[in-house]
Amino acid sequence: MSTDALVIRNAVKRRGKVETVSDLSLTLNAGEIVALLGHNGAGKTTLIRMILGLTRINGGDISVFGAAPGDARARRRTAFLPEAVAFHKSLTGREQLRLFARLAGEPRGVIAPLLDRVGLSEAADRRIGTWSKGMRQRLGLAQVLLGKPRLALLDEPTSGLDPMSRHDFYAIVDELAAGGTAVLISSHALTELEARADRIAILRRGRLVADDSLTSLRRRARLPTRLMVTTASEQSGQVASRLGGAQINCRGVELICDPDGKMAHLGRIAELGGLVDDVDVIPPSLEDLYRHFATGREQT
Amino acid sequence: MIARILAIAAAEARIAIRNRWVAIASVLMLLFSLALTFAGSAPTGALGVDLLTVSVASMTTLSVYLVPLLALLLAFDAIAGDVERGGLALILTYPVSRSELLLGKFLAHVGALAVAIMLGFGMSGLAAWISGGADAASLFALLRLTLSAVALGATFLAVGYALSALARGPGAAAGLAIVVWVVFVALYDLGLLGALVFDGGGAFTQQVFPWLLIANPADAFRLFNLAGSDELALATGLSGATGAIPGWAAILSLAAWPVVAFGLARLALRRVEP
Repeated sequence: MSTDALVIRNAVKRRGKVETVSDLSLTLNAGEIVALLGHNGAGKTTLIRMILGLTRINGGDISVFGAAPGDARARRRTAFLPEAVAFHKSLTGREQLRLFARLAGEPRGVIAPLLDRVGLSEAADRRIGTWSKGMRQRLGLAQVLLGKPRLALLDEPTSGLDPMSRHDFYAIVDELAAGGTAVLISSHALTELEARADRIAILRRGRLVADDSLTSLRRRARLPTRLMVTTASEQSGQVASRLGGAQINCRGVELICDPDGKMAHLGRIAELGGLVDDVDVIPPSLEDLYRHFATGREQT
Repeated sequence: MIARILAIAAAEARIAIRNRWVAIASVLMLLFSLALTFAGSAPTGALGVDLLTVSVASMTTLSVYLVPLLALLLAFDAIAGDVERGGLALILTYPVSRSELLLGKFLAHVGALAVAIMLGFGMSGLAAWISGGADAASLFALLRLTLSAVALGATFLAVGYALSALARGPGAAAGLAIVVWVVFVALYDLGLLGALVFDGGGAFTQQVFPWLLIANPADAFRLFNLAGSDELALATGLSGATGAIPGWAAILSLAAWPVVAFGLARLALRRVEP
């Protein structure tokens, strides 16, 4: 019995002759937030369904706290937020959550605070059919919090949420992780995940092509860093010629350098003294990294 | 386990009430039952049977068509609809087994069906009794009719779940449900009738036909209610067909069908990947 929340070893899923998940290994520790990225059809949802025991695996093995996927012990500790949460239209939010609480063996008293936590107290007694997509998503999040899960699998959780709700959503995710829950988030919203994920796992056609922290991925990808120099007024031409960068407008110069050359460039910029007003260092974003790994520019 | 079944049943019962299934089915049963009770009063004098006896016969014939249809309407969406909405996948990530889930739905739907049936038949019985057209025997026949109609409905609910689990979507499940309904309540009897004519009173007619008749829950229901009392058999002329088989056979068929059909539905649900 390991202390890892989730251990996936060489998992394989076939649909007909096509392998939708191939030889995939991934581990999640308690309190860790892992972002699962990949194009549509890369196998993210299939992987999550395999972990939940909703679909059989054709090879390898998955262990959820030492139990098999779909095992009652595994289910009790796992929470799931599906991509498109479709609750029954005729039930109210409170009734739907009460059903989940009863199935999870939680007392009735947990429901009202949970609805409050996700900001649904006022709408709770209206039918879900009258709710907006964002409200349904928040109800989905409320059921994730039921029964203090040790592993949370969130499939595209922020699609349909407005920026404010997204902020609240990630606050709740951080709280979960701080309490020791392992969180796996599949998403397309790369900029949101950038600051939050401890690790980034990238799927390409069913294969895991990256599984590392953002810093390590940056180092590995060796994508160029951009330096944006803001010059004193009307000096961009001179600065551009002295630094060898591209003039953007009358006050801006852009330099592209590889990660190792960054400090040398910064030194040269500092030497320019009064010619330079400001400089921004823009490392490759998660989006750049994602494009790099997910389109297969790096063969692994 | 019981708590989880009841949790599912409570939610399903709410859904059946909210989407007006219970109201529509109750009104339908009520209207047809009352209409048959009073419209059926016209030809009774000649046979010398009371109002309720005749209306039980009419209501039996009606129920053979209406009860399976109502049950299938309630059941065809139960699995396929949940799969399509994604609700089944989410429910199954909770510590609830597929058996508990199916039992919970079954409990709620049988209850909803029972409410509609009891309301319709009960009001007819009451109306006949008030107008003096009922006695102890015909009230007992009504009770038999009510209970066996619930058993018939339970059978078709479970058959509906099996179809709903096997079909690729709610639309396909609805189509399959119509096919099953037509086969059980109409084509099956037509087939047997054809075989009887072809056999011309031979071994098939004597030995096999009664058992084939009893094997169809809709026919077992008809036999159980129409052959149940001599007066009814007289009123419908069905007694000839039932002489060949013992009386317990129809009861056994009606009692076994819901259990067997539920088992089939459970097997079908095993194959579902939500």
